[in-house]
Amino acid sequence: MASPGTGLLERRRAPGAVPTRSDPADRVPATVWPWALPPVAVLAVVFLYPLALVVRESLAPGAYAEVLSSPSFRDALLTTVWLAVASTAGCLVLGFVLALVIAFVPFPGGKAVSKFIDVFLSFPSFLITLALLFLYGTVGMANGIWTDATGDPTGPFRFLGTPWGVLLAEITYFTPFVMRPLLAAFSQMETAQLEAASSLGARPSRIVRQVILPEALPALAAGGSLVLVMCLNEFGIVLFTGAKGVTTLPMLVHSKAILESDYAAACVVAVVNVALSVGLYVLYRGVSRRAGA
Amino acid sequence: MTSGIRFDGVTVTYGGNTVLDSLDLTVEPGEVMALLGPSGSGKTTALRAVAGFVRPASGRVFIGDRDVTALPPYERGIGMVVQQYALFPHLRVEDNVAFGLKARKVPKGEIPGRVADALEMTGMAAYARRHPRELSGGQQQRVAIARALAIRPNVLLLDEPLSALDAQLRSGMLAELARLHRELPDVSILYVTHDQVEALTLADRIAVMDRARLQDCGTPQDLYRRPRTEFTASFVGNANLLPVTVGEKGAAFEGVTLDVPVSGAAPGSTATLCVRPHLVGLGPGPNALSGRIGEVQWRGSTHRLYVEVGGHRVKADVRELRETPALGTEVTVHFAPEDAVLLAQGVGDG
Ligand SMILES: Nc1ncnc2c1ncn2[C@@H]1O[C@H](COP(=O)(O)OP(=O)(O)OP(=O)(O)O)[C@@H](O)[C@H]1O
Ligand SMILES: [Mg+2]
Repeated sequence: MASPGTGLLERRRAPGAVPTRSDPADRVPATVWPWALPPVAVLAVVFLYPLALVVRESLAPGAYAEVLSSPSFRDALLTTVWLAVASTAGCLVLGFVLALVIAFVPFPGGKAVSKFIDVFLSFPSFLITLALLFLYGTVGMANGIWTDATGDPTGPFRFLGTPWGVLLAEITYFTPFVMRPLLAAFSQMETAQLEAASSLGARPSRIVRQVILPEALPALAAGGSLVLVMCLNEFGIVLFTGAKGVTTLPMLVHSKAILESDYAAACVVAVVNVALSVGLYVLYRGVSRRAGA
Repeated sequence: MTSGIRFDGVTVTYGGNTVLDSLDLTVEPGEVMALLGPSGSGKTTALRAVAGFVRPASGRVFIGDRDVTALPPYERGIGMVVQQYALFPHLRVEDNVAFGLKARKVPKGEIPGRVADALEMTGMAAYARRHPRELSGGQQQRVAIARALAIRPNVLLLDEPLSALDAQLRSGMLAELARLHRELPDVSILYVTHDQVEALTLADRIAVMDRARLQDCGTPQDLYRRPRTEFTASFVGNANLLPVTVGEKGAAFEGVTLDVPVSGAAPGSTATLCVRPHLVGLGPGPNALSGRIGEVQWRGSTHRLYVEVGGHRVKADVRELRETPALGTEVTVHFAPEDAVLLAQGVGDG
């Protein structure tokens, strides 16, 4: 399949890709090395150089001390981490349940739903937030129905502007990223195993816990770590919910750089954000390698 | 709880396709019944109806005297082993075997002993701590059998359990299965296979299936010596089927009157005469038929000759010949009158 959805998926999934064990240097003959120069050069110019600039900018005297000790930074760090962790947990649970239903409960249209997951992955993240705004925003449908029905000037649904709104939007948007690898894993699973478990006396709940879940763990780890890193760096969703009190690290970078023109502080926050993502990615690779994935 | 399996008019359809056509079959307690038939004849479907993975469109399935038709698989208490082993890859051998015991809430203290027993019985005790991927195919299948036996089922369903193994391992496992059955005389076994050697070796009775129907059922000797239908005769033991016209005494084949038992058949009617290739001898004798050799196959201890008699090929398995006869050689073959069986026309839709 060459749909734009899957193309994007591959790129987005890169952090969750299974690490290879062998060192490429073992296998690549020396004559091939010149071919690596152009891509490395491009990479250096478009990626490493700006990154180096950001790091250098952040090294302005006193910048780290000032930013790291500021309450706004610590708040943002905390908000970012708990939002990312909670979103990931929510995505894992919801994604596992949904993938189970799609994969193992035969229902009409199951194939179509599974196809739609692919398409969903290609949607920009703000789209889902926009949709939620239409539903639950201050002038959204839910509140509209309420005000029409009761005559109150405002409706009761205000959670979109709170961290819970961001959490809901992130879970809604990122759950398919967990489902994709899970559905792939489930399609590999032998029905014979499930039937063997069943004939041995295991009820469906036990089969899910003791047969399906253990075999889904690598897929859950891959999907979960991908979503965790993506949530840490998510900007569009937080911006679009318009949640005033929710400042995450990317939001902080934005406000420091664009609104306050404090580039040194913005770069410090950015460096911390990058370090956090890369650190988690390295941790994940270590864990998955030990797990034999 | 009693053992034994009974199919009572079991019909299974897939989207308007009848893949099992009102099957009536009883497996007695402690009996090994082989379900034998070509690919697609509905054997696996019949087995899955007992296990509870297919719902019959009509008919009932009994285990012992309990009607299990509406029970989910996990309440049927059946042991099942399939071709692809289906072990749980993340569990060690001992935990695979313990799975059913835990699922059925066997007291914790009893589990290790019963796991050890089951592994002992299948000769896998030394491999308890391994993972399935660290075992050969034959060993994995032993574990699968141990896992099925650990729950002490009254009914064991085996769906081509040996077909993923190579020929030598297969004959060894066949002997093992026969031994296991002797050690577990109360367990009824339904053994699905398309290999007649497995069926003849292991089964107390064989049910022959073709095109969703039960064609024949009887002891191996019965089916082999006195097949009731052409399908059974050719599928089990690949018999010669000669079209004959029944006479007063004997039957006519290609202008030769053969001395064969014709009791019950109306004179003048057409029928099929069944003769096993290994009972056909080379040279003159009773019921001699002359023809040319159309093909010769050397099979180690025997030669299989295909002799063209009129428009028909008569198969003869003879003891290995010193010299392989040339194609086209005129030969005479014969068979004893009592080695022929006349099949009445129209039995089992042939
Ligand atoms: N899930 C299914 N959906 C539709 N048709 C099916 C299904 N399972 C089996 N069939 C059909 O039912 C018929 C009998 O299948 P079954 O598996 O019982 O055959 P079998 O005798 O076990 O054959 P084999 O020796 O190849 O295993 C086949 O024609 C098959 O195509
Ligand atoms: Mg089959």
